[in-house]
Amino acid sequence: MNRIAYACVAAFSLVGLSAAIAQTDPIAQRKQLMKSVGGATRDPGQMMQGRQAFDLAKVKASLEIYVDAAGKMSGLYPAGTETGGETTASPKIWQTKADFDARFAKFGADSKAALAAITDEASFKTEFPKVAQNCGSCHEVYRVERK
Amino acid sequence: MRRGRIVAAAFGLAALGAAGFFALTSPATWRLLRGDAGGPIGLALPSAERGRTMFDVGGCASCHATPGQDDRTRLGGGAPLPTPFGTFRAPNISPDAADGIGRWSFNDFLVAMREGVSPDGRHYYPSFPFTSYALMSRTDLGDLFAYLKTLPPVSGRAPDHDLAFPFTLRRGVGLWKLAFFDGARFKPDPLRDAVWNRGAYLANGPGHCAECHSPRNAFGAIIGEKRYAGGPDPEGKGGFVPNVTPHETGLASWSAADIAELLKTGFTPDFDSVGGSMAAVVKNTARLTDADRDAMAAYLKSLPPIASERPKKSGG
Repeated sequence: MNRIAYACVAAFSLVGLSAAIAQTDPIAQRKQLMKSVGGATRDPGQMMQGRQAFDLAKVKASLEIYVDAAGKMSGLYPAGTETGGETTASPKIWQTKADFDARFAKFGADSKAALAAITDEASFKTEFPKVAQNCGSCHEVYRVERK
Repeated sequence: MRRGRIVAAAFGLAALGAAGFFALTSPATWRLLRGDAGGPIGLALPSAERGRTMFDVGGCASCHATPGQDDRTRLGGGAPLPTPFGTFRAPNISPDAADGIGRWSFNDFLVAMREGVSPDGRHYYPSFPFTSYALMSRTDLGDLFAYLKTLPPVSGRAPDHDLAFPFTLRRGVGLWKLAFFDGARFKPDPLRDAVWNRGAYLANGPGHCAECHSPRNAFGAIIGEKRYAGGPDPEGKGGFVPNVTPHETGLASWSAADIAELLKTGFTPDFDSVGGSMAAVVKNTARLTDADRDAMAAYLKSLPPIASERPKKSGG
């Protein structure tokens, strides 16, 4: 009985520990945040492709996630996190950090502008691509192939 | 006396060897064996408008546009292409008479694209993918040349390549070509439909997709049986270029529509947005027609599934 209890405590503290590490590990955090941005793009992306019906509430929810992520991202690339954790961050990030940070600021501003400008399907189809193209233009410069 | 003869024989052999190397590595030798620079003359007049499509499929701007500015039609060159052999630098291909290709004849262009030989008779390194462009039709090359002529002249030459010995010996490319480059034109497959043939032509010829998405041997030549199965990044940054065959380690789970979508917007089916060199490729393929993107996607889906060498890893 005691053994099981110990095992449980050990298991729980391990889970707790790895969660704590994830919270203080910028590489894990920025990966998680990037994945949340990708996940939030599924709905509006499929709406753009015509695979999903337009839904204004879902679009706005995704844009809110972008605004939130854009605000947090710049802080997750401190010096010392250039390598490790299978990061696909390019070393260029730390060479031109001001430009890198400005891109997140633009992504956040574009997302906010879209939140105001998108009111129906027609405005969604013209405004959303302006937000989405921030992904590719930044990845072109600052993301490298995974090893 | 005897020693003198041996020395003379050694000199003779060395001279023969040098002459042989010289003969084998001459651009003229490859042309004699494999080339047909003349070829049938296309009936259509060159169209700069159609040429722009070739320019976009080929992604010429990705390497030849002047770095540090956004105009994809200013082809001043100079962008570095780092490889295991050294750093190549794309030349100026703007219509500038002094520094670009302003004085080139169409035949000069044809020989450059199909044989990898410059107007002054020197080999180009295969970092310039003439190995793929050789498949292109004379009509398409005529259109592309007409389009390039409409672009703004940009003065200034790109810096020289920065290569390691022995790759500095440009003549050596002659041997490489004899070993690895057949220079054949694209042959349509009559058993396949027009969409497949268009896709095969665009992907293998002007699009030169296999140049990055295939592993290479020690001499830097594509390993034929692993074509399109992905491999170490030829730009030598330690990454792995994805397998684009329909194997489970590649694009098996992707539909042709998924592939076409990536070529249009850069988004994967999971709405990840591709990075690095592929993001630059998408800037070009985004300008094509849906029909051309669909054709390339249909072709990739038809490839034999080949396992890629990257071990599967969990997570991203």
